[in-house]
Amino acid sequence: MMQVWVIGVGIAGPGLDGWAAARPVLAGHAEYRLTPFAPAAPKLLSAAERRRCSQSARLAIAAAQDALLAGDLPGDAIATVFASSDGDGVITQEICESLAGAAREVSPTSFHNSVYNAPAGYWSIATRSQLSSTSVCAYDVSFAAGLLEAATYATVERGPVMLVASDLPFPSPLHGIRPVGESFAAALVIAPTRHPGALMRCAIGLTPHRTVTAFPDAIPTALRSNPAARSLPLLAVLARQATETVRLEYTDETDLVIECEPEG
Amino acid sequence: MMSPLTVTAMATANPLGLGLPATWTALCTNRQGLRPNDFEDAEIKTWIGRVEGLETEPMTGELADFDCRNNRLALMGLRQDGFEQAVASARTRYGPDRIGVLIGTTTSGILETELAYRRRSAAGEGLPLTVRYRHTQNLFSVSDLVRRQLRLTGPVASISTACSSSAKVFASASRWMAAGLCDAVVVGGVDSLCFMTLYGFASLGLLSDRPCRPCDVSRDGLSIGEAAGFLLLEREGRNGERLRFLGYGESSDAHHMSTPHPEGLGAALAMERALDRADLKPIDIDYINLHGTGTPANDLAEDCAIWKTFGGRTPCSSTKERTGHTLGAAGITEAILALLCLQHDFMPGMVRIEQPDPQLRSAMMLRSESRPLRTVISNSFGFGGSNCTLIFGKRP
Repeated sequence: MMQVWVIGVGIAGPGLDGWAAARPVLAGHAEYRLTPFAPAAPKLLSAAERRRCSQSARLAIAAAQDALLAGDLPGDAIATVFASSDGDGVITQEICESLAGAAREVSPTSFHNSVYNAPAGYWSIATRSQLSSTSVCAYDVSFAAGLLEAATYATVERGPVMLVASDLPFPSPLHGIRPVGESFAAALVIAPTRHPGALMRCAIGLTPHRTVTAFPDAIPTALRSNPAARSLPLLAVLARQATETVRLEYTDETDLVIECEPEG
Repeated sequence: MMSPLTVTAMATANPLGLGLPATWTALCTNRQGLRPNDFEDAEIKTWIGRVEGLETEPMTGELADFDCRNNRLALMGLRQDGFEQAVASARTRYGPDRIGVLIGTTTSGILETELAYRRRSAAGEGLPLTVRYRHTQNLFSVSDLVRRQLRLTGPVASISTACSSSAKVFASASRWMAAGLCDAVVVGGVDSLCFMTLYGFASLGLLSDRPCRPCDVSRDGLSIGEAAGFLLLEREGRNGERLRFLGYGESSDAHHMSTPHPEGLGAALAMERALDRADLKPIDIDYINLHGTGTPANDLAEDCAIWKTFGGRTPCSSTKERTGHTLGAAGITEAILALLCLQHDFMPGMVRIEQPDPQLRSAMMLRSESRPLRTVISNSFGFGGSNCTLIFGKRP
């Protein structure tokens, strides 16, 4: 098992806008209300980058910014892992529509925003971080794959790393082949050693597949269909500050296990 | 420092040929892999590096759902060079759960979705799309295919950091091994021709209408290629394998989404970090396989970074003039080419150069040369400012 400390949590989604507001909801102390959600353009970016910035980048950056609020580490001191199943469906849609038309024109901005690591690129520009950044995809289990990647990074490279998991709904007709209901992003800043202000110590490893931890009851179906929302069983334990083991589905054969022990 | 890993098997399908022998022969005889664009009905005046035979080999049986150009190319790659047999042997030794899979790709099977939009457009809007999304378009599909084909059950992920994708897989694989998650990792990269990349790079004015000419004074863009490549990494080989993966360096430009930092600061950081991790000095590096795309900005920025890190003495060349830029497969394809160079003590020249760019200060190789090599570097840089440098070495 790899030992890491969670030193910051960020969240961005309908009814879960910011860790401070979402924490009592996920802990079961406040009622969940499904409210419309649209992430603001990131203030960290210059006006020009803010204009160009894609929806997927806005969403991921909203959670990443939120995760830095409580901690003492600046963004340029933290490596990153970005995890997403579907990337940016709005841009995929726009480009595929253009390519199916007579003119076949692709907008240059859309094309450079179409790369999977666009959120990572905008985040590094926003924070001026020159540290490593990796963008991973494992379809529905992208959050688990991302957490494994981040924990491995912290453990082996002996430095802090932020995992940012995000997915947003595809517009129609893409929505028909990939029905994700709502936008959602979550971010975790983790460190390889005990850290002042850490919320939780986590032992992370792989074990044979069994029954995985359920979503918190309050989470609506439309949100559960978002691959990044598969972080919510873990975020609920972080919110409750409970000593619990969370099992997340990873491969057909294996679960990602997170043994949580509150700190401080 | 990282513990060196041994390269116990590799396989390639790229525009120079299918398999290592064909690729090596093309490399040392200066046979080129580019041709005038004849991809589907893409009416763009450019040259491409295309892999033959993908259109006529549909996937059937258990893997039929995965059928698309990108996954056909992945299977074609896996079937080269005894790779599947080497993985089967490792599977017997370590167990399927102790072998990981990390594949880089940028566009996966998006071509299927592009064609579905066309069918829909032709039939009138409002029709549903018919696409096996999970098994074709989603970026994970190629990693899922590879683990099923090789019957592996260890950790798995696709990595997509634009044109550094299949270099980054080496860094993550090294970490998986160091953390004890795996005893071996299949790393790879697969990217295939599609309309999005051809028209997208054209929209940015980054495609040359001639074969790309990295480091030439009149270079005017890249040529897109497609490829699949795979390596099996283990701590130690059993058959006296000599090729080793010594270090990686990762960095972010933090500068611009689609333009490299003009002085190559991020690229220099990646090279410095790779040297540190391999515990090597610049003087220890015998040859650098450039990212060298052939765009004016890339080659100049990379040259600045090399000048800063190595000065002007380390021989460098780009092999993209032969293969084209295989995007998400460029990292693995050029790692394999660099390993072939190590194995054969050979440095490929840039034979397309008509006049070297006098602004570039590094030691560009215009002609191929045979010379003993101990350590080589392969550079990969991508949109979003994602940089990754790999160092390979050879046991005496």
